[in-house]
Amino acid sequence: MSLEPNQGDAAHPREIEMPHASMRDYLIGFALSVLLTAIPFWLVMTMPLSPGTTAAIIMAFAVVQIVVHMIFFLHMTPKAEGGWSLTSLVFTIIVLGIALAGSLWVMHHLNTNMMPMPHDMNQLP
Amino acid sequence: MSTKTLAAAHEELRFYDIGEHAHPEGHSTMLGFWIYLMSDCLIFAILFACYAVLGGNYAAGPAPKDLFDLPLVAVNTAMLLFSSITYGFAVLQMQQGKVRETQIWLAVTALFGAAFLAIELYEFQHLFHIGATPQRSAFLSAFFTLVGTHGLHVTFGILWLLTLMVQLGKHGLIAANRRRVMCLSMFWHFLDVVWIGVFTIVYLMGMLQ
Repeated sequence: MSLEPNQGDAAHPREIEMPHASMRDYLIGFALSVLLTAIPFWLVMTMPLSPGTTAAIIMAFAVVQIVVHMIFFLHMTPKAEGGWSLTSLVFTIIVLGIALAGSLWVMHHLNTNMMPMPHDMNQLP
Repeated sequence: MSTKTLAAAHEELRFYDIGEHAHPEGHSTMLGFWIYLMSDCLIFAILFACYAVLGGNYAAGPAPKDLFDLPLVAVNTAMLLFSSITYGFAVLQMQQGKVRETQIWLAVTALFGAAFLAIELYEFQHLFHIGATPQRSAFLSAFFTLVGTHGLHVTFGILWLLTLMVQLGKHGLIAANRRRVMCLSMFWHFLDVVWIGVFTIVYLMGMLQ
Protein backbone atom coordinates (compact mmCIF):
# COMPACT_ATOMS: atom_id res chain seq x y z
CA MET A 1 0.00 0.00 0.00
CA SER A 2 1.45 3.34 -1.02
CA LEU A 3 1.80 6.22 1.34
CA GLU A 4 0.43 8.63 -1.24
CA PRO A 5 -3.21 9.61 -0.75
CA ASN A 6 -5.52 7.54 -2.85
CA GLN A 7 -5.81 9.23 -6.21
CA GLY A 8 -8.06 6.57 -7.64
CA ASP A 9 -7.98 5.43 -11.22
CA ALA A 10 -10.11 5.86 -14.31
CA ALA A 11 -12.60 3.19 -13.30
CA HIS A 12 -12.86 4.29 -9.68
CA PRO A 13 -12.19 7.98 -9.44
CA ARG A 14 -11.42 9.19 -5.96
CA GLU A 15 -14.60 10.32 -4.27
CA ILE A 16 -14.44 14.02 -3.55
CA GLU A 17 -14.92 14.43 0.15
CA MET A 18 -18.43 15.70 0.72
CA PRO A 19 -20.33 16.16 3.93
CA HIS A 20 -22.84 13.39 4.40
CA ALA A 21 -26.31 14.68 5.11
CA SER A 22 -29.03 12.72 6.83
CA MET A 23 -32.77 13.16 7.09
CA ARG A 24 -32.45 13.19 10.87
CA ASP A 25 -30.07 16.19 10.77
CA TYR A 26 -32.35 18.20 8.49
CA LEU A 27 -35.47 17.47 10.54
CA ILE A 28 -33.81 18.33 13.87
CA GLY A 29 -32.39 21.52 12.34
CA PHE A 30 -35.74 22.48 10.88
CA ALA A 31 -37.66 21.85 14.12
CA LEU A 32 -35.15 23.85 16.16
CA SER A 33 -35.19 26.68 13.60
CA VAL A 34 -38.98 26.90 13.64
CA LEU A 35 -38.91 27.09 17.44
CA LEU A 36 -36.07 29.61 17.51
CA THR A 37 -37.87 31.80 14.93
CA ALA A 38 -41.41 31.55 16.28
CA ILE A 39 -40.54 32.48 19.88
CA PRO A 40 -38.78 35.79 19.03
CA PHE A 41 -41.63 36.82 16.67
CA TRP A 42 -44.19 35.95 19.32
CA LEU A 43 -42.22 37.87 21.99
CA VAL A 44 -42.07 41.02 19.84
CA MET A 45 -45.65 40.80 18.57
CA THR A 46 -47.30 40.31 21.96
CA MET A 47 -44.65 41.98 24.19
CA PRO A 48 -45.14 39.98 27.40
CA LEU A 49 -41.72 41.19 28.66
CA SER A 50 -39.95 44.52 28.91
CA PRO A 51 -38.25 45.77 25.71
CA GLY A 52 -34.77 45.32 27.21
CA THR A 53 -35.34 41.69 28.19
CA THR A 54 -37.03 40.95 24.86
CA ALA A 55 -34.07 42.42 22.96
CA ALA A 56 -31.59 40.29 24.92
CA ILE A 57 -33.65 37.13 24.38
CA ILE A 58 -34.15 37.61 20.62
CA MET A 59 -30.45 38.34 20.10
CA ALA A 60 -29.54 35.19 22.05
CA PHE A 61 -32.05 33.15 20.01
CA ALA A 62 -30.57 34.50 16.75
CA VAL A 63 -27.07 33.41 17.79
CA VAL A 64 -28.33 29.94 18.78
CA GLN A 65 -30.24 29.61 15.50
CA ILE A 66 -27.15 30.55 13.48
CA VAL A 67 -25.23 27.80 15.28
CA VAL A 68 -28.09 25.35 14.61
CA HIS A 69 -27.99 26.19 10.88
CA MET A 70 -24.21 25.80 10.82
CA ILE A 71 -24.35 22.33 12.37
CA PHE A 72 -27.50 20.81 10.87
CA PHE A 73 -27.79 22.53 7.46
CA LEU A 74 -24.20 23.50 6.58
CA HIS A 75 -22.80 20.31 8.17
CA MET A 76 -19.98 22.17 9.89
CA THR A 77 -17.71 19.98 11.96
CA PRO A 78 -14.30 20.87 13.39
CA LYS A 79 -12.82 18.22 11.07
CA ALA A 80 -14.46 19.39 7.81
CA GLU A 81 -11.80 20.07 5.14
CA GLY A 82 -9.06 19.21 7.61
CA GLY A 83 -10.13 22.01 9.94
CA TRP A 84 -9.77 24.79 7.36
CA SER A 85 -13.50 25.47 7.19
CA LEU A 86 -13.62 26.10 10.91
CA THR A 87 -10.40 28.15 10.83
CA SER A 88 -11.76 30.46 8.13
CA LEU A 89 -15.07 30.70 10.00
CA VAL A 90 -13.35 31.71 13.23
CA PHE A 91 -11.28 34.28 11.33
CA THR A 92 -14.44 35.69 9.74
CA ILE A 93 -16.22 35.88 13.09
CA ILE A 94 -13.27 37.77 14.59
CA VAL A 95 -13.23 40.31 11.71
CA LEU A 96 -17.02 40.55 11.90
CA GLY A 97 -16.88 41.22 15.63
CA ILE A 98 -14.21 43.89 15.24
CA ALA A 99 -16.08 45.60 12.38
CA LEU A 100 -19.43 45.60 14.20
CA ALA A 101 -18.28 46.42 17.71
CA GLY A 102 -15.71 48.93 16.46
CA SER A 103 -18.17 50.80 14.25
CA LEU A 104 -20.78 50.99 16.98
CA TRP A 105 -18.26 52.03 19.61
CA VAL A 106 -16.62 54.75 17.52
CA MET A 107 -19.86 56.17 16.17
CA HIS A 108 -21.50 56.16 19.59
CA HIS A 109 -18.64 58.24 20.99
CA LEU A 110 -18.70 60.49 17.96
CA ASN A 111 -22.39 61.14 18.46
CA THR A 112 -22.17 61.76 22.20
CA ASN A 113 -19.16 64.07 21.82
CA MET A 114 -20.71 66.15 19.07
CA MET A 115 -21.48 69.72 20.01
CA PRO A 116 -25.20 70.41 19.93
CA MET A 117 -25.97 71.88 16.55
CA PRO A 118 -28.99 73.51 15.02
CA HIS A 119 -30.62 71.47 12.29
CA ASP A 120 -30.10 74.28 9.80
CA MET A 121 -26.38 74.87 9.36
CA ASN A 122 -27.03 78.37 7.98
CA GLN A 123 -28.06 79.48 11.44
CA LEU A 124 -24.50 79.01 12.72
CA PRO A 125 -22.81 82.31 13.45
CA MET B 1 35.22 16.04 5.51
CA SER B 2 33.36 19.17 6.29
CA THR B 3 32.85 19.91 2.62
CA LYS B 4 31.46 16.43 2.15
CA THR B 5 28.96 16.96 4.93
CA LEU B 6 27.94 20.27 3.46
CA ALA B 7 27.49 18.74 0.06
CA ALA B 8 25.41 15.95 1.52
CA ALA B 9 23.39 18.39 3.57
CA HIS B 10 22.89 20.50 0.49
CA GLU B 11 21.15 17.62 -1.16
CA GLU B 12 19.13 16.68 1.89
CA LEU B 13 17.74 20.06 2.84
CA ARG B 14 14.54 20.95 1.04
CA PHE B 15 12.69 23.73 2.69
CA TYR B 16 9.80 23.72 0.29
CA ASP B 17 8.14 21.20 -1.93
CA ILE B 18 9.30 21.50 -5.50
CA GLY B 19 7.25 18.68 -6.93
CA GLU B 20 3.69 19.42 -7.92
CA HIS B 21 1.07 17.43 -6.04
CA ALA B 22 -1.68 15.66 -7.82
CA HIS B 23 -4.82 17.78 -7.87
CA PRO B 24 -7.84 15.61 -8.51
CA GLU B 25 -10.54 17.63 -10.22
CA GLY B 26 -12.66 19.56 -7.75
CA HIS B 27 -10.76 18.41 -4.69
CA SER B 28 -10.65 21.92 -3.23
CA THR B 29 -13.88 23.35 -4.66
CA MET B 30 -15.86 22.93 -1.46
CA LEU B 31 -13.27 24.69 0.69
CA GLY B 32 -12.82 27.42 -1.94
CA PHE B 33 -16.54 28.00 -2.07
CA TRP B 34 -16.69 28.12 1.72
CA ILE B 35 -14.00 30.82 1.70
CA TYR B 36 -16.03 32.75 -0.89
CA LEU B 37 -19.01 32.52 1.47
CA MET B 38 -16.86 33.84 4.31
CA SER B 39 -15.88 36.85 2.17
CA ASP B 40 -19.57 37.35 1.37
CA CYS B 41 -20.15 37.23 5.10
CA LEU B 42 -17.78 40.19 5.46
CA ILE B 43 -19.85 42.19 2.93
CA PHE B 44 -22.90 41.57 5.06
CA ALA B 45 -20.93 42.38 8.23
CA ILE B 46 -20.17 45.82 6.81
CA LEU B 47 -23.77 46.39 5.74
CA PHE B 48 -24.96 45.32 9.20
CA ALA B 49 -22.44 47.71 10.78
CA CYS B 50 -23.77 50.52 8.55
CA TYR B 51 -27.32 49.69 9.56
CA ALA B 52 -26.40 49.50 13.24
CA VAL B 53 -24.74 52.93 13.07
CA LEU B 54 -27.30 54.70 10.83
CA GLY B 55 -30.42 52.77 11.81
CA GLY B 56 -31.51 55.45 14.29
CA ASN B 57 -31.12 58.44 11.95
CA TYR B 58 -34.67 58.97 10.74
CA ALA B 59 -34.20 62.60 9.58
CA ALA B 60 -37.68 63.32 10.97
CA GLY B 61 -38.96 60.60 8.64
CA PRO B 62 -40.66 57.29 9.36
CA ALA B 63 -39.20 54.91 11.97
CA PRO B 64 -39.25 51.08 11.78
CA LYS B 65 -42.45 51.00 13.84
CA ASP B 66 -44.26 53.08 11.22
CA LEU B 67 -43.09 50.93 8.32
CA PHE B 68 -42.67 47.26 9.14
CA ASP B 69 -45.43 44.69 9.02
CA LEU B 70 -44.28 41.85 11.29
CA PRO B 71 -46.80 39.19 10.14
CA LEU B 72 -45.56 39.72 6.57
CA VAL B 73 -41.94 39.38 7.71
CA ALA B 74 -42.89 36.20 9.60
CA VAL B 75 -44.39 34.72 6.42
CA ASN B 76 -41.26 35.75 4.53
CA THR B 77 -39.03 34.09 7.13
CA ALA B 78 -41.13 30.93 6.91
CA MET B 79 -40.70 30.86 3.10
CA LEU B 80 -36.93 30.98 3.42
CA LEU B 81 -36.90 28.35 6.18
CA PHE B 82 -39.10 26.02 4.09
CA SER B 83 -36.78 26.52 1.14
CA SER B 84 -33.86 25.49 3.37
CA ILE B 85 -35.45 22.19 4.36
CA THR B 86 -36.60 21.43 0.79
CA TYR B 87 -33.03 22.00 -0.40
CA GLY B 88 -32.00 19.51 2.26
CA PHE B 89 -34.42 16.99 0.74
CA ALA B 90 -32.85 17.63 -2.68
CA VAL B 91 -29.41 16.80 -1.24
CA LEU B 92 -30.79 13.61 0.35
CA GLN B 93 -32.31 12.51 -2.97
CA MET B 94 -29.02 13.26 -4.68
CA GLN B 95 -27.18 11.04 -2.19
CA GLN B 96 -29.51 8.22 -3.18
CA GLY B 97 -28.72 8.85 -6.82
CA LYS B 98 -32.21 9.93 -7.86
CA VAL B 99 -31.95 12.63 -10.54
CA ARG B 100 -35.64 13.26 -11.09
CA GLU B 101 -36.45 13.65 -7.37
CA THR B 102 -33.45 15.92 -6.88
CA GLN B 103 -34.71 18.16 -9.68
CA ILE B 104 -38.21 18.24 -8.21
CA TRP B 105 -36.98 19.28 -4.76
CA LEU B 106 -34.73 21.91 -6.35
CA ALA B 107 -37.80 23.24 -8.17
CA VAL B 108 -39.76 23.36 -4.91
CA THR B 109 -36.84 25.25 -3.33
CA ALA B 110 -36.84 27.73 -6.22
CA LEU B 111 -40.59 28.26 -5.78
CA PHE B 112 -40.17 29.05 -2.06
CA GLY B 113 -37.29 31.35 -2.95
CA ALA B 114 -39.45 33.09 -5.54
CA ALA B 115 -42.24 33.47 -2.97
CA PHE B 116 -39.74 35.08 -0.59
CA LEU B 117 -38.63 37.50 -3.30
CA ALA B 118 -42.19 38.32 -4.29
CA ILE B 119 -43.12 39.19 -0.70
CA GLU B 120 -39.97 41.28 -0.33
CA LEU B 121 -40.64 43.15 -3.58
CA TYR B 122 -44.23 43.75 -2.47
CA GLU B 123 -42.90 45.20 0.79
CA PHE B 124 -40.40 47.43 -1.05
CA GLN B 125 -43.08 48.58 -3.48
CA HIS B 126 -45.34 49.45 -0.54
CA LEU B 127 -42.54 51.41 1.14
CA PHE B 128 -41.80 53.34 -2.07
CA HIS B 129 -45.50 54.01 -2.50
CA ILE B 130 -45.78 55.69 0.91
CA GLY B 131 -42.63 57.74 0.26
CA ALA B 132 -40.19 55.68 2.36
CA THR B 133 -37.54 55.60 -0.36
CA PRO B 134 -33.78 55.11 0.20
CA GLN B 135 -33.34 58.88 -0.26
CA ARG B 136 -35.67 59.67 2.64
CA SER B 137 -33.25 59.08 5.56
CA ALA B 138 -29.99 57.40 6.50
CA PHE B 139 -32.02 54.67 8.22
CA LEU B 140 -33.86 53.88 4.98
CA SER B 141 -30.67 54.00 2.87
CA ALA B 142 -29.03 51.47 5.19
CA PHE B 143 -32.21 49.38 5.31
CA PHE B 144 -32.61 49.12 1.53
CA THR B 145 -28.89 48.44 1.01
CA LEU B 146 -28.80 45.61 3.56
CA VAL B 147 -32.12 43.94 2.75
CA GLY B 148 -31.71 44.61 -0.99
CA THR B 149 -28.27 42.98 -1.07
CA HIS B 150 -29.73 39.90 0.59
CA GLY B 151 -32.58 39.91 -1.91
CA LEU B 152 -30.10 40.12 -4.79
CA HIS B 153 -28.28 37.10 -3.38
CA VAL B 154 -31.55 35.18 -3.29
CA THR B 155 -32.25 36.24 -6.90
CA PHE B 156 -28.91 34.87 -8.06
CA GLY B 157 -29.47 31.76 -5.94
CA ILE B 158 -32.71 31.12 -7.84
CA LEU B 159 -30.96 31.65 -11.20
CA TRP B 160 -28.34 29.15 -10.06
CA LEU B 161 -31.06 26.69 -8.99
CA LEU B 162 -32.65 26.85 -12.45
CA THR B 163 -29.25 26.44 -14.15
CA LEU B 164 -28.49 23.44 -11.96
CA MET B 165 -31.80 21.80 -12.79
CA VAL B 166 -30.96 22.09 -16.49
CA GLN B 167 -27.44 20.73 -15.91
CA LEU B 168 -28.84 17.79 -13.93
CA GLY B 169 -31.28 17.07 -16.74
CA LYS B 170 -28.52 17.12 -19.34
CA HIS B 171 -25.72 15.25 -17.57
CA GLY B 172 -27.35 13.53 -14.60
CA LEU B 173 -25.60 13.06 -11.25
CA ILE B 174 -22.01 13.21 -12.47
CA ALA B 175 -19.30 14.20 -9.98
CA ALA B 176 -19.26 17.81 -11.21
CA ASN B 177 -23.02 18.17 -10.77
CA ARG B 178 -22.93 16.59 -7.30
CA ARG B 179 -20.28 19.13 -6.37
CA ARG B 180 -22.43 21.95 -7.74
CA VAL B 181 -25.44 20.77 -5.76
CA MET B 182 -23.33 20.80 -2.57
CA CYS B 183 -21.93 24.29 -3.31
CA LEU B 184 -25.37 25.73 -3.95
CA SER B 185 -26.51 23.97 -0.78
CA MET B 186 -23.93 25.95 1.17
CA PHE B 187 -24.90 29.18 -0.62
CA TRP B 188 -28.60 28.68 -0.02
CA HIS B 189 -28.27 27.78 3.68
CA PHE B 190 -25.83 30.67 4.09
CA LEU B 191 -28.52 33.06 2.79
CA ASP B 192 -30.89 31.72 5.43
CA VAL B 193 -28.22 32.35 8.08
CA VAL B 194 -27.88 35.97 6.91
CA TRP B 195 -31.66 36.33 6.98
CA ILE B 196 -31.66 35.30 10.68
CA GLY B 197 -29.49 38.38 11.29
CA VAL B 198 -31.75 40.55 9.11
CA PHE B 199 -35.06 39.65 10.70
CA THR B 200 -33.62 39.84 14.21
CA ILE B 201 -31.65 43.07 13.94
CA VAL B 202 -33.65 45.00 11.35
CA TYR B 203 -37.24 43.92 11.88
CA LEU B 204 -37.59 42.60 15.44
CA MET B 205 -35.12 45.02 17.08
CA GLY B 206 -36.63 47.83 14.96
CA MET B 207 -40.07 47.19 16.37
CA LEU B 208 -38.66 47.34 19.92
CA GLN B 209 -37.25 50.86 19.57
